[in-house]
Amino acid sequence: MNLLCPECGKRPATLHYTKIVNGEKTEAHLCEVCAQEKGEYMPGFDSGFSFHNLLSGLLNFDMVSSESPNIAQQTVPRCATCGLTYNQFSKIGRFGCSDCFETFRDRLDPLLRRIHGSTTHHGKIPERTKGELKIKKDLEKLREQLARSVELEEFEKAAQLRDQIRSLQERLSE
Amino acid sequence: MSLNQFLENAVSEWMKVKGAESDVIFSSRVRIARNLAHMPFPMLSTASQLEEVTHLIKEALTKDDIPEILENAELIEMADLTELQKRVLVEKHLISPHLAEESTSGAVLFSQDESVSIMVNEEDHIRIQCLFPGFQLEKAWKLASQIDDWLEKHVTFAFDEQCGYLTSCPTNVGTGIRASVMIHLPALAMTGQLNRFIPAITQVGLAVRGIYGEGSEALGNLYQVSNQVTLGQSEEEIIDKLQGVVRQMIDHEKQARERLLGMSSIQLEDRVNRSLGILAHARIIDSKEAMRRLSDVRLGIDLGLLTGVPSSVMNELMVLIQPGFLQQYAGEKLGAEERDVRRAELIRERIGMERE
Repeated sequence: MNLLCPECGKRPATLHYTKIVNGEKTEAHLCEVCAQEKGEYMPGFDSGFSFHNLLSGLLNFDMVSSESPNIAQQTVPRCATCGLTYNQFSKIGRFGCSDCFETFRDRLDPLLRRIHGSTTHHGKIPERTKGELKIKKDLEKLREQLARSVELEEFEKAAQLRDQIRSLQERLSE
Repeated sequence: MSLNQFLENAVSEWMKVKGAESDVIFSSRVRIARNLAHMPFPMLSTASQLEEVTHLIKEALTKDDIPEILENAELIEMADLTELQKRVLVEKHLISPHLAEESTSGAVLFSQDESVSIMVNEEDHIRIQCLFPGFQLEKAWKLASQIDDWLEKHVTFAFDEQCGYLTSCPTNVGTGIRASVMIHLPALAMTGQLNRFIPAITQVGLAVRGIYGEGSEALGNLYQVSNQVTLGQSEEEIIDKLQGVVRQMIDHEKQARERLLGMSSIQLEDRVNRSLGILAHARIIDSKEAMRRLSDVRLGIDLGLLTGVPSSVMNELMVLIQPGFLQQYAGEKLGAEERDVRRAELIRERIGMERE
């Protein structure tokens, strides 16, 4: 059984601790992200200054300071899959899941440029993705051709193209 | 292969063979980070999601098309290991400190010869590591890539057309590759040239660290040089660049060694023999001094000033004298002072064995 973090209600609470303030004992359960936000202990981050502090420095450069905190809070994107907000990401210096890249895409370019001097991958592509990419590009081309043949009223050709598109789409959804 | 074998042998199979430039480069390593699509990264995963990742890897291991090098490999769960056992694996560079210390549902898989290890649920879902003796970065990359190709047939990796392979830390995004060499630079250190070298290397986008990674001290003049950039360049370009810089470092180190030999031969001879004397006779030695003396002796062997002690004994001792290994060897937990005594004993025995 996984207890959900009461702060965000999304992630599992993985930090369980007892706080004693003025002799009063309270128990708390939080996820690492919210614990970090609340300034509570975070395992492995206790050395004071780490590489990830440095990284957070890089991540924070585009924080909108002119807006009131309220508005800023509302406009901050939150990843629908893992619940991570951009603010949280910039504090931890880690993405929560692969969908974060889509959610934060608009803000990533300057960050990636600072770290890597580039924003576009030029390396290996998974074999399967390679196939998909090719199909997607082929589909684009076929759709253009289809539009053109419809315009020119070449219906026989249009029907052929339509069948080709359909079979490619089927392959893509397999 | 049993877990005990991994833990007891200080020297992995791969270390017993000499690689290219092995008098300066001890080992070459390539690590690639991969994550499964549609699954939160380990930091934000629930226990059941982490289990699912382990399960998918186990499943892949049962397939017929498994690369020969991974046949009969078994997944070892971190939860089944003691702190000491994990430490030993870190000292052998078979797992990362992160997997040993912070991962809750981590697991690892080794090839028989320990040249390949696949870490599961580290900072990323999967980390494939290939480790070879000497200067063999290309070979390490080819093997890592081949294992990656195989795994990709059975699981779907998180990949983005623009950003490449997606990783938990933005510093690994793109190729997810970290290539590194472990380099022995005693002559550059002795002649004071290292202080000039390191900033220059950092400027070309490479990192220089101690041998146990981020934040670790450079013991025994051993350094780890690795790429920093993972996005915008192909894996081959990244490796080419690292190789180019490392080749220059090898040349400079060799020149410095020649110069030392030419200019102050008797001083150098005295130094390496003195260190061998201490290693052969000391009764108490801490790991810092031991690493320093081993570095001297290794230099002496590589320059032909010392004979009768093979250089591989030095590679072995550099791992054997680490705190985890010493305790594993002793079969009990040892305090710092006891370790210093045991360390001296072990070195004396090992060197004595070779000279008899």
